[in-house]
Amino acid sequence: MIYITIFIAAVFVNNIVLSQFLGVCPFLGVSKKISTALGMSGAVAFVLTLATIITWLIFHYLLEPYELTFLQTISFILVIASLVQLVEIILKKVSQPLYQALGVFLPLITTNCAILGVAILVIQKEFNLLESVVYGFSTAIGFGLALILFAGIREQLSHTKIPKGMQGMPVALLVAGLLAMAFMGFSGIVKL
Amino acid sequence: MKKNKFSIVLNGLIAENPIFVLMLGMCPTLATTTSAVNGLGMGLATTFVLIFSNLVISLIKNLVPENVRIPSYIVVIATFVTILDMLMQAYFPSLHESLGLFIPLIVVNCIVLGRAESFASKNKVFDSALDGIGIGLGFTFALGLLGMIRELLGAGTLFGFRIFPEDYGMLMFILAPGAFISLAYLIAIVNRIRKVS
Amino acid sequence: MKKLKSSFKNMVLVLACITIVAALALGWVNELTSEPIRLAAIAKQEQAIRMVSPGFDNEPVQEQYELTDYEGNILTCFPIKKQGKLLGVAIETFSMKGFNGEVRLMLGLKPDGIINNYEVLKQTETPGLGTQMTYWFKTDKNNQSILNKDPGKEKVWVAKDGGDIDAITAATITSRAFLDAVDRAYRAYMEHCGNVVDIVTTATIEEKEAQNEEE
Repeated sequence: MIYITIFIAAVFVNNIVLSQFLGVCPFLGVSKKISTALGMSGAVAFVLTLATIITWLIFHYLLEPYELTFLQTISFILVIASLVQLVEIILKKVSQPLYQALGVFLPLITTNCAILGVAILVIQKEFNLLESVVYGFSTAIGFGLALILFAGIREQLSHTKIPKGMQGMPVALLVAGLLAMAFMGFSGIVKL
Repeated sequence: MKKNKFSIVLNGLIAENPIFVLMLGMCPTLATTTSAVNGLGMGLATTFVLIFSNLVISLIKNLVPENVRIPSYIVVIATFVTILDMLMQAYFPSLHESLGLFIPLIVVNCIVLGRAESFASKNKVFDSALDGIGIGLGFTFALGLLGMIRELLGAGTLFGFRIFPEDYGMLMFILAPGAFISLAYLIAIVNRIRKVS
Repeated sequence: MKKLKSSFKNMVLVLACITIVAALALGWVNELTSEPIRLAAIAKQEQAIRMVSPGFDNEPVQEQYELTDYEGNILTCFPIKKQGKLLGVAIETFSMKGFNGEVRLMLGLKPDGIINNYEVLKQTETPGLGTQMTYWFKTDKNNQSILNKDPGKEKVWVAKDGGDIDAITAATITSRAFLDAVDRAYRAYMEHCGNVVDIVTTATIEEKEAQNEEE
């Protein structure tokens, strides 16, 4: 039962982008077209879930028992950076068009605060391994949901007239703000 | 050709202001500006990391092979972020608690890695440190400004001092949507100013 | 300026060196700051204790002991003494029933259990609504203050559930959680002192319904 609670909380109530402000940079940067948004979400989901598992294991079997918790930030970010390298290599071999489409955004997944953020959060919330995996995966789904919704709106926006000063980032942020407001309506559904 | 040292600092403050011009580092900007103190605190913390990581990376730039530079820079940055975290926990516990998760997240702040990559790896040590100061101050200024606006409009206080009764505050500005919307208008205003000048 | 060649050996060597130096540096700073961090944490606890208790001259943090609440959780109790005489206790209590998670308070009680004062240590409730708990239950307006109330004799839970305390407007769940934290501290303390509280003092509907079923 707790897993459903975690899922709903991570996707809707405490959406990683619209409520916890993690993953905002790629959210604002990759959301111009729905197709790239989908690709990015998939890549993030993969890296996030895997990273959460590995960092959880490292923390509980290496850092904590040997009182090396101060190495958390370094070890976690190294794991994430390596995973992203791996994804890049795999994508290059498996799907060239997707690799081209994601372009410079792929290495940027390393600096996606959502991934490091979630890795740290599951330690803070003291989840066990399964709960952490569910949380990580759900967060990625929440990220994807926000990203795709946002991309859809932006695709429409590109056809409308916007005042010069508001073009680009400002109007994107405004839309994000309205989306965030909408998602606030989910608060209180579940308590995590 | 002697580069004006002061202009390096000024560059980070205005011409290449990370938030208003480069538009990097959005996550901590939106999350930690719920009050003026938090925004400024976050800005200064990031400046600390910027200065030292720029310094060290510029020092070792010729020892690091091209293909391993990103992981190396990340380790250097992560080290200073952890040091900052420990120092804040010891000497600034309340600020440490308010900023919480976002202190370790400085390591993935695109500004820090971006600066290391674009400036520190190509410039002298002292210049890199100055660039860290400039960009850091630009970041702090932006965060402080946003924090002040959100705190004033949302809670009616400024740095904790009550300006108008809480009941007249628009709560939304302290919450998530308010962050996005305040920043949107701030950037729009800056855009307008820049086009005029 | 020539950079080091990107051979595999060089890359691994450099990365390893940097990481080792980093780890050593961190270990050293960790050593340096562990004592100040420990002291800062104690200072924070002492500050919270000072806010809820009248002047004392003992060392509450050194003399702390444990209480067990009605769910089996451990609460920390700090005795407050002046010249050897017990002035009261400060109990660090909590409730997980908050709208947005954990609510943590320091509750100051007189030796007989009457509420002296409280200070909210940690909460993540809705700003402007639930967050009002930091002063709402101390404000002498209507029936919202819990100060100087005796949970053993008075109904210290929300009016909506039949109690005597006015909840925060539009933040009933938060108010229930707050009073739950107060209640569990009170009951744990009274049990510890040997006076088992047997009147209904909880602030949640489920428990009251369970009680009704028992009767």
